[in-house]
Amino acid sequence: MTGSATRPDVRVLPMGERALLVELADGAAAEALHAELLRRRAAGDLVVREIVPAARTVLLDGLDDPGRLAARLPSWDVPPLPPRTEDVLELPVRYDGPDLADVADAWGVPVREVPRIHAAAEFRVAFCGFAPGFGYLTGLQRLPDVPRRATPRTTVPAGSVALAGPYTGVYPRPSPGGWQLIGTTDAVLWDHTREPAALLSPGVRVRFVPEAR
Amino acid sequence: MTDRAVVVVRAGALTTVQDEGRPGHAHLGVPRSGALDRPAAALVNRLVGNPPEAAVLETTLNGCALRPRCAVTVAVGGAPCPVTVDGRPAPWGAPVRVPAGALLDVGTALCGVRAYVALSGGVAVEPVLGSRSTDLLSGLGPPPLAHGAVLPLGGVGGPHARVDAVPQPAPPRELVLRMTAGPRADWFTPGALRTLTTRAYRVSSASNRIGLRTEGPALERAVRGELPSEGMVLGAVQVPPDGRPVVFLADHPTTGGYPVVGVVRQEDLAGAAQAVPGTPVRFVASGRGPWR
Repeated sequence: MTGSATRPDVRVLPMGERALLVELADGAAAEALHAELLRRRAAGDLVVREIVPAARTVLLDGLDDPGRLAARLPSWDVPPLPPRTEDVLELPVRYDGPDLADVADAWGVPVREVPRIHAAAEFRVAFCGFAPGFGYLTGLQRLPDVPRRATPRTTVPAGSVALAGPYTGVYPRPSPGGWQLIGTTDAVLWDHTREPAALLSPGVRVRFVPEAR
Repeated sequence: MTDRAVVVVRAGALTTVQDEGRPGHAHLGVPRSGALDRPAAALVNRLVGNPPEAAVLETTLNGCALRPRCAVTVAVGGAPCPVTVDGRPAPWGAPVRVPAGALLDVGTALCGVRAYVALSGGVAVEPVLGSRSTDLLSGLGPPPLAHGAVLPLGGVGGPHARVDAVPQPAPPRELVLRMTAGPRADWFTPGALRTLTTRAYRVSSASNRIGLRTEGPALERAVRGELPSEGMVLGAVQVPPDGRPVVFLADHPTTGGYPVVGVVRQEDLAGAAQAVPGTPVRFVASGRGPWR
């Protein structure tokens, strides 16, 4: 042992007999730990079936000895997220959503500013969920969270670019949904015959590029 | 004719193709899916000489009927039910030879919910992300069986098992679910944890492949407010705002925003797959935790 201090901002919670839920102080710390876990798995130092990042946790499922990892993980030295190491995925978008005015209200800006602010941000897929290929994108800085719609829509079209809380997401297929719709993309978010099937996976950097009208 | 396929003559209430599922993609929002009663699916595969990963059919309550275009060996297990070939009784839980063109009927479950039908060679629909399982949450994999559908079969593998019958666990009269605490047990009052492990619950008719829903006393939260979305596991006991625990089964969402009070042991989930609505449920604390 090197006497490395365990970090008080990391909580390792058992989740059944084969999984650990690691809770961190915030989303950035969760993304950094996720990157570290992927590094260790790629290096062969970690055997685990699923690594599932979320808002401020990372789930490790399918561990042979969760107790052993739980004892060690809090003392890991996890570097902060490295600066950009890969290309930014550009998603073409038409800012033609029906909820632009509601988002402008939430942000306290004129409606025409919403596309400008959104297209200027660089996003990162913090985690996926809800549906195959649905990413929760972070990257909107210093803006109030956007409330979900009081009544969810029964059908949101595939390709809808939407906001809720601090997140941006794109609906991979038609589904019910309560997020605020600000635009549309023709990008195919999910295609199980493609490799990779998901355009957006955790860690991918994304920019929305307005289409010329 | 060597057309290795079966025609669906009666689809039943809900019959799906299932194998060992598609684990390893949860980070993309892809549920694991797969047969709910794993031991039953593995057993019927073994009976017909299939490898464990071969796809079988999972029926719901009232079975299904199939007409193979080629001679096949089949085995039916899981929920006990009558099996006939061209109207003549055939054994349940044992290999059965079905001639080309004959009608295999898997009848209504005498008890339990889900029967498993293995066909020699396995159901050979196109896999999606390495699995042929129908995932009812995300829509991946083949659609549920429909009248007239044709299911391709794989090449025949090993010989079928030389047995007349094998013991299979009976569907539970009372569903006992052993569970470990956490990760969000501390979001509930001590009284709620006592309620969960001492009071009677019943299987709700709203249960499905995504989750076993229960009816019973609501669990009171100690922590108000919303839990940010976090990763979910098979067997997680999630407590939605109505306070009634839901046990996550194979098609569960990969992330969720309601607190998980405990996690049911995987060995006990086969029983959950076979518990009809109304079955008493007892949650039993196992392992260390805030239960005691």
